[in-house]
Amino acid sequence: MALKRIGTQTVKLSNPPSMVSTASIVGPKEGDGPLKDYYDVILEDDLWGEESFEKAEAKIQEEAIKLAIQNADLSPNQIEYLFSGDLLNQITSSGYAARQLEIPYFGLYGACSTMTESLSLGAMIIDGGFADKVVCATSSHFSSAERQFRFPLEYGAQRPFSSQWTVTGAGAVVLSSTGNGPYITYVTTGRIQDYGITDANNMGAAMVPAAIDTITRHFKDTGYNPEDYDLIITGDLASIGKNVLLDLMRKEGYDLSNNYTDCGVEIFDNVRQDTHAGASGCGCAAVVLSAYIYEEMLKGNLNRVLLVATGALHSPISVLQNESIPGIAHGITIDNMIF
Amino acid sequence: MEKMSNKEYQKYIEERIPKPTYAKNMIFAFIVGGSICVFGQIIGNILSRYGLDKEKVASGTSILLVLTGAFLTGIGVYDKIGKVGGAGAAIPITGFANSLVSPAMEFKREGFIFGVASKMFNIAGPVLVYGVGSSVVVGILYIVLAGGG
Repeated sequence: MALKRIGTQTVKLSNPPSMVSTASIVGPKEGDGPLKDYYDVILEDDLWGEESFEKAEAKIQEEAIKLAIQNADLSPNQIEYLFSGDLLNQITSSGYAARQLEIPYFGLYGACSTMTESLSLGAMIIDGGFADKVVCATSSHFSSAERQFRFPLEYGAQRPFSSQWTVTGAGAVVLSSTGNGPYITYVTTGRIQDYGITDANNMGAAMVPAAIDTITRHFKDTGYNPEDYDLIITGDLASIGKNVLLDLMRKEGYDLSNNYTDCGVEIFDNVRQDTHAGASGCGCAAVVLSAYIYEEMLKGNLNRVLLVATGALHSPISVLQNESIPGIAHGITIDNMIF
Repeated sequence: MEKMSNKEYQKYIEERIPKPTYAKNMIFAFIVGGSICVFGQIIGNILSRYGLDKEKVASGTSILLVLTGAFLTGIGVYDKIGKVGGAGAAIPITGFANSLVSPAMEFKREGFIFGVASKMFNIAGPVLVYGVGSSVVVGILYIVLAGGG
């Protein structure tokens, strides 16, 4: 009998794990954006002394994980599980990062939803009594993602207005069975939603239905309303997706206009930094959570947050074969208080 | 979202995507593409002043334009020209050089055989295949219809 399940897709954690520390490392462009004062480390060079962008991404993720563990006054051998993922084929950044850390490792792929996927699983593992300390992390890198999904960096192509800019950065969170919060109290696991969008330059639109499904399901399962949250924030729907979500949520009977935003809208100044619709990538929700949301929760400016990271589960091959883009969104509630 | 069908959603999204700024794009394409052609014409005039015949001027101009496109790609300028100029930067032969050099640079880490050499034609490959292919078709039609005249 699954005692902790409420509704159809949500788990209410009875021993909510505490987010005892976080770390965020971002590239120079992110470090020039509106959230620059929140990040732990801003790199001057996105290669970070490595010989390839893939190696640089693995290093960024590894260092973010190490920094989060260090911020919690722990050492890697005290961590029982590592949940991490990234965008590259066979999630190599995560595998190479985990190679150095020697922590039992679960590699995850949920595209840009991976941060809440990892936190969902990490929180449930701790709540279930299978571990006391876990790390959840994701990374992405603009230049490694461009060469896998799009064009060479020096190719003179024009980007459509709906395209998004992959975040260079990694975020890591240490979850613990003990601690003073913020706590992960609810986990709402998303279902794939696919409304037939095939344009990989319009990922926001492909992911909106998944975000709507998960958010409305979360409200129905928990009995919460939008007003119960200080902030409802999706992963990387970016500017077009954000407005579409607001409009369609209103049609579902929920008004999110007072407390909703999207991580992909917050990272860059789209006009000044020329990032078109906004940010995307596994690192997007990860660094916004690890830097901005976490710090504002510690300060008490935010007390209850619904983070819904969103993923577009396509590949360069599926796009060439004209397959539509399946969207996914996983939600977690982060609370400063537990009741 | 149960009330919305796939078609309705796609139509709804279509209406909300910002349209490309066609007029601005065309003007910039004209200016950038035109400037590249003027530059080519200048090269051609200089070469003919040195006494090269028409055929040698044509190939010499192409060679120098490809060199320029490759050089500007190498120093990280051509992608910026392409961003402004769009098709105006992609269609001239300098754009062809950019489409060859940029993947060659990008995939150097994967080695000179499976990286540089095999990825070099990632973007330009279709142009070559269909360019050569269609010229063969036109050639055959020319022989058949015009009797090879």
